[in-house]
Amino acid sequence: MPVPVGHFLAVAAILFTLGVFGIFLNRKNIIVILMSIELILLAVNINLIGFSAHLGDLAGQLFAMFVLTVAAAEAAIGLAIVVVVFRARGSIEVADINIMKG
Amino acid sequence: MTVALFVFYLLAGVCIAAAVMVVSARNPVHSVLFLILAFFNAAGMFVLAGAEFLAMVLVVVYVGAVAVLFLFVVMMLDIDLTAMREGFLKFLPVGALIGLVLLVELFLVFGTLSVGTAAPIAAAVPVPEGMSNTEALGGVLYTEYFFAFQLAGIILLVAIIGAITLTLRDRGPVKRQDIGRQVHRERPAAVQLRKVDSGKGIG
Repeated sequence: MPVPVGHFLAVAAILFTLGVFGIFLNRKNIIVILMSIELILLAVNINLIGFSAHLGDLAGQLFAMFVLTVAAAEAAIGLAIVVVVFRARGSIEVADINIMKG
Repeated sequence: MTVALFVFYLLAGVCIAAAVMVVSARNPVHSVLFLILAFFNAAGMFVLAGAEFLAMVLVVVYVGAVAVLFLFVVMMLDIDLTAMREGFLKFLPVGALIGLVLLVELFLVFGTLSVGTAAPIAAAVPVPEGMSNTEALGGVLYTEYFFAFQLAGIILLVAIIGAITLTLRDRGPVKRQDIGRQVHRERPAAVQLRKVDSGKGIG
């Protein structure tokens, strides 16, 4: 294995942090928040793949594939909700979405 | 430094730079394009780790489907960009603080983590010898993980139905087939008997 597993973990940690940072930074724009969530899930996948290669275990790659499936479903549903909210309110600001008074 | 390590650093650097641009770009369209770049580089890292099939799936699913979906939504919605940027600087300190704390914690964990080359437990699915990555994955996915595979399919089905029902709307005066009305149509409403005089026609 030419690349040590620590390198994968470091890249994944930085990507994860950037995703969390993006959620805080773009508090108004729901689409960028969804993209930040995609970044976080990508970081998780990099971790899984890194450990899979390191330990010689295919289960990590299988799990990464299921994470990928759920991420795709989440993106589709999230964007559908964004479109519906935009039609109803004319804006996608997170602060405007208070219909349910949560 | 081996070639593989150099390539890894290159891919990781571009990936992280693209991720920084995703969260900080002014225009959401640029964010989506940088997201595509980040995913491409992550796919390269997957290839370096020997997960060729997942790398291809990442490119096909993310670049081909999810990113294009994002792009469509970003371009379809008429977003006021200046209003979106308000509060960007206000949220910057708290976001940076939380991000920094998280990063330091993660690296502290890595500092104490010692991953030996020998797995602490036997591998759940050992990598088979003399098989391509795709073949090995398929051999496990369709046998041992078959129920999980089916569940993933059901999740995708729910996502399809959910996305369609959420965004479907009545488009107003468009003629559509209404099967209920067709079935409940009675004979008197559909057929009319007229007595036509011979030589005159119906007029």
